[in-house]
Amino acid sequence: MSAILLKGGHLIDPARGFDGLADVVLRDGLVAEIAEPGLSKATVDETLNLKGLIVAPGFIDLHVHLREPGQTHKESIATGTAAAAAGGFTSVCAMPNTRPINDSPAVTRWMQDEERGALVNVFPVAAATLASKGEKLSDYRGLKRAGAVAVSDDGRPILDDHIMREALALAAKAGLPVIQHAEDTRISNGNPMNEGVTSFKLGLRGQPSASEWQMVERDIRLASQEGGRLHVAHVSTAKSLAMVRLGRASQVNVTAEVTPHHFLFTDESCSSYDTRYKMNPPLRSAADREAMLAGLIDGTIDAIATDHAPHALFEKEVEFDRAAFGITGLEIALAATVTTLYRTGKISLMRVVELLSANPAKIVGLTGRGSLAEGSVADVTIFDPKKRWTYDVMKTRSRSRNCPYDGMQFYGMVRATIVGGKVVFNEL
Amino acid sequence: MKAKPRSLLGIEPLDSRQILEILTLAKRMNPARPRTTLRGRRIALLFYENSTRTRTSFEIAAKSMGASTVVIHAATASIEKGESLKDTGQTLQSIVDAIVMRHPSSGAPVMLSRLIDIPIINAGDGMHAHPSQALLDAFTILNHKKSLKGLKIVTIGDIFHSRVARSDAHLFSKLGARVVFCGPDVLLPESARELAPGVEIVREMDEAIRDADVVMMLRVQQERLSGMQINVDEYIRRYQLTPAKLKLAKKDALVMHPGPMIRGMEMTDEVADCKQSVVLEQVLNGVKVRMAILETLLGGKR
Repeated sequence: MSAILLKGGHLIDPARGFDGLADVVLRDGLVAEIAEPGLSKATVDETLNLKGLIVAPGFIDLHVHLREPGQTHKESIATGTAAAAAGGFTSVCAMPNTRPINDSPAVTRWMQDEERGALVNVFPVAAATLASKGEKLSDYRGLKRAGAVAVSDDGRPILDDHIMREALALAAKAGLPVIQHAEDTRISNGNPMNEGVTSFKLGLRGQPSASEWQMVERDIRLASQEGGRLHVAHVSTAKSLAMVRLGRASQVNVTAEVTPHHFLFTDESCSSYDTRYKMNPPLRSAADREAMLAGLIDGTIDAIATDHAPHALFEKEVEFDRAAFGITGLEIALAATVTTLYRTGKISLMRVVELLSANPAKIVGLTGRGSLAEGSVADVTIFDPKKRWTYDVMKTRSRSRNCPYDGMQFYGMVRATIVGGKVVFNEL
Repeated sequence: MKAKPRSLLGIEPLDSRQILEILTLAKRMNPARPRTTLRGRRIALLFYENSTRTRTSFEIAAKSMGASTVVIHAATASIEKGESLKDTGQTLQSIVDAIVMRHPSSGAPVMLSRLIDIPIINAGDGMHAHPSQALLDAFTILNHKKSLKGLKIVTIGDIFHSRVARSDAHLFSKLGARVVFCGPDVLLPESARELAPGVEIVREMDEAIRDADVVMMLRVQQERLSGMQINVDEYIRRYQLTPAKLKLAKKDALVMHPGPMIRGMEMTDEVADCKQSVVLEQVLNGVKVRMAILETLLGGKR
């Protein structure tokens, strides 16, 4: 294996509280040395001059849909991870709603097989119940041994209290978090957007915010009784966040993620029936969006995750109520965060890296990742927080283009992504 | 850049001048006196949802102006076989000059208008809009009132599911009327207040109807309720238009209904057949107004 010197960059490593100039030596897939600028004596094969750039522990996306096995017309593990690399993600947690649904150690292993051609680390999130039917728990120990980092029935939330209770208890024993897509589908009813003034104007049926927060409330109650670790996926309503705060205040082990689109847009974006703004949970009210920003600032929200959900054009270029839910987002997560939160002075770069790397690593227990301490895995994201650029979806690495960010101007550009000491994306 | 084709997707994008132009033109229209303005034009009536009134009305309007029409029903076309709206629209684009379209999905004509370049006339989309109905409603009112400015127009019943109520509210609001919505919570969410300037919600029918100039009754759209529970007896007791209730409105108040009307539900026989009812007039006016719409959008130079 070769050695790389990351020279002259500004290292930000929230796990160690480090925020300053440093040289980093990567050797044999690990971080070999952190040195004062210019002082490393290491012999290396390659030197990357990173003056003016941020060097951060590799970003970890807790929530992506790679669509493989089964729906490779939308995305494959190879294309999805290529998009991840371009977005600075060195690890992605792949949701189980593939075809077949990933509820077995066999599929979990298959997804991580070298044959898939992944450019970054793939950590499967396995189905919490068999075929995500919400009836029988899957084999958590076996799944964990096969490499799963969490269990979730993403997209098909566990409604039955008893099953959710069992899932939390069994996952706790297996040492896995339960990730819940909090949605009471008996209330939300598959409706295509948020319920509010805009949905009324458009004549579209809405999902009330209660369909989310009531489920968050229930899950936290069950977690407080059963123990276990609950992670709330893609929080979108102010009241859900309030529930997370309450839960934490009473010592419940609960964490939460938010997507860039939920802190960027509101349901008014649906006003022209543009299906690129249709996803689940739906874009919410302006007050909800404000609450997401507040939660990112005050620490209630632990992580930013993309919920990257590729779909083919024919699944999106249809009537709004018939269009597939979901948008792609791996390539703009950093830019959206820098533009909306850092450039505006709301949060520091330290917090940006915490949200995209340090915290996600803790949530799914990725030891040796989420930090660039000596001895940790050489997963590194290098970015320029000042660089202004325009996202062009025609250049996406993803197989799909269902994305509202096309043509949007951002600050903050990923310049290089290193996975296990190997440069997988390089625009230095 | 190519000029955008002229479509009628809803009332919201129109200003009051454009609305009044169509209404003024409609006065000169009469299906009994055929015109040749649209001779040689081909118009597709693309209906993904059943309709008698609107389809017939558009068809007669188009034919009495010399256009040829082709009616396409979703159930009999390749749509049944799974063809997408985009493909159907693009196919039609190469053989017709305009599409009059009804669709059960809100926004379907808006979406199609982004994909094709011929004019689209929205003949009702889901719960969203029904602009030609709103124009004919305004036209009918103006046959009896000098102007809409300051009129109190109360719409009673299933507002939530009604594309007519939404388009009417936009139009009446643009022409300066007070728009009062009345109905139970499940059929009239509070967010309806924000639909357009001047929209009010009054839950009690007596108060809503008091001194009204126009009373627009709506049918409860049972087929769209999707799980909502309506107690019919309770509904009739609270929201049915009876002669006694009608007395609370102004003496010369008009009674309207976009149809189809369910007698014994939203209104009694007496009210449906009373002198103040202009329901049948609405139907005739529908043809005139649709002639005016077609002339405005498709008439003149090619």
